[in-house]
Amino acid sequence: MAGEAERHLRERLNRLRGLPLLRGTRLSGELERLQKQLDRIEAEPSDEEIWRSVELARHSQRPYTLDYVERLFEDFVELHGDRARAEDPALVTGLARFQGKTIAVIGQQKGRDINERTRRNFGMPHPEGYRKGMRLMEIAQRHGFPIATFLDSPGAYPGVAAEQHGQGGAIARSQALLARLTVPIVACIIGEGNSGGAIAIGLVDRVLMQENAIYSVITPEGCAAILWRDAGEARKAAAAFKPDAVHCLELGVIDEIVKEPTGGAHLNPDEAARLLGSALGRTLDELGAVPGDDLRNRRRERYRRVGIYSARAVEPALQPGS
Amino acid sequence: MAGPRIDVSIEHKNLPEQSQDEKKHPNTCPSCGSHYRDDELERNLRVCEHCGYHFPVRARERVTQLVDEGTFEEEAAELRSEDPLGFFDLRPYTERIAEAEVSTGLGDAMIIGGAAIESEACELAVMDFAFMGGSMGSVVGEKLSRAAESAVERKVPLVAVTASGGARMQEGILSLMQLPKTVCAVEDLRDARCGFVSVMTHPTTAGVLASFASLGDVIVSEPGALLAFTGPRVVQQTTREKLPDDFGLAESNLRFGHLDAIVPRGELRPFLGRVLRLFSNGR
Repeated sequence: MAGEAERHLRERLNRLRGLPLLRGTRLSGELERLQKQLDRIEAEPSDEEIWRSVELARHSQRPYTLDYVERLFEDFVELHGDRARAEDPALVTGLARFQGKTIAVIGQQKGRDINERTRRNFGMPHPEGYRKGMRLMEIAQRHGFPIATFLDSPGAYPGVAAEQHGQGGAIARSQALLARLTVPIVACIIGEGNSGGAIAIGLVDRVLMQENAIYSVITPEGCAAILWRDAGEARKAAAAFKPDAVHCLELGVIDEIVKEPTGGAHLNPDEAARLLGSALGRTLDELGAVPGDDLRNRRRERYRRVGIYSARAVEPALQPGS
Repeated sequence: MAGPRIDVSIEHKNLPEQSQDEKKHPNTCPSCGSHYRDDELERNLRVCEHCGYHFPVRARERVTQLVDEGTFEEEAAELRSEDPLGFFDLRPYTERIAEAEVSTGLGDAMIIGGAAIESEACELAVMDFAFMGGSMGSVVGEKLSRAAESAVERKVPLVAVTASGGARMQEGILSLMQLPKTVCAVEDLRDARCGFVSVMTHPTTAGVLASFASLGDVIVSEPGALLAFTGPRVVQQTTREKLPDDFGLAESNLRFGHLDAIVPRGELRPFLGRVLRLFSNGR
């Protein structure tokens, strides 16, 4: 499997090497670029390792948001309802004490057995869930509480009512509110952080990602269904869009990879929580020393810089009609 | 309005349903079957004279439709997508980009620039669905951010015209990061008290709907546009729910309170002019 991408590159590399040098400079640039890509591929998690992350991130025994809340925080008080329409159990919110101080907690929550899974809607929030989250953000801002978010969702719920109640707008406004806050915000990616459903609570100062978690724009199955026209090609899709922690760190999208117990967080939830808690504590201490306005400005600056692109004039030959 | 038109609607109605692989001519109205020459369609802002169906509009043509002649000054035209993941599905991403560049004559799925609409100065960001489904990758995110900065610098409102299938999957997690990036750009715009008018055209979905497009001070759409976080096909497949006839359409969005107005294309320019004047009067 690791092969496919690599084989493709090697083939291209060999083909290019064999070409007579008509436009020498450009070709050697291309050769160098391909060689670099090959080197990078060899040093990185293989396709199998990526897929193992996908499986571990979605393991049925993996600790969920409330498992960490229980182990990391004291005096947790869960707050329910968006004060407009409904209570959404797919996203839990509340106040708790962490290292002696009050903290606001927002996270997607999956269910352990079939009943709870249904009740939690498999961790796929409706707009009401995001609006409940925004309520918590406002409380945190008013009282100066730092915020910890826990990302673990296959995505926002794709249903008729969710659309009618404004799923897209709710995700956008949740991010917009996070961009305005002057309290420290840390995101912990503890399972699968997928698409808009995850990023709604993911616009933050620091992102901690467990080593077997995944973070991506779409589920492997969704990507495969669209680009390969076959959801069964999920492995290929995951290998192509690389949702694993190592790649996310390399792309500058997360700040720290949090170790898990050997074999995955589900084998020792207490230890997984201890490791996550110490990273969260350290990060909040750092952020706590920064004045609020600076926090917000740096947060915006962080996202201002994200992205990889180049600048190049339009080649006249590519302009239609010329 | 007048002008020669080849109306073949009757023949079409009597024909059996076209098979899916047999694509209709792009100038044939999918709603009533009327067929137009390209210059006829262009003259009528690509709206079917017969039934009012709104054909898709390419980004450059949209700019021409909206702005005072000769006022559009494009910015950041040199930005190009990179291939940070070495992505390929059935074909390499680089090949898809190159092909889109050639077929559309655009650098990516959005063009931005300063302009005037009915003599009101503004910054314009227009998406083009023909460029890889109007998908938002690093370049679209960067251009929207620059458009916001440019608006702040010149103290003018931003007008965004969206048409997008969502985030560009080929850029993986970086495409998801364009959601918070564009949201932050809109927040900077708000802090500087610049107005933001979002015009959602068919289709505005997923990542673009879930970021800057939904954050306009004023949000309008064109008739019949699909505005949904998840499109009808996926909703149907995942939930097996029975979908309402107008699922996700602008009309449904207006009824549920997600839109300020549905503005037919012919009225869009005067509408924007009026809104922009109101924003500039308040300063």
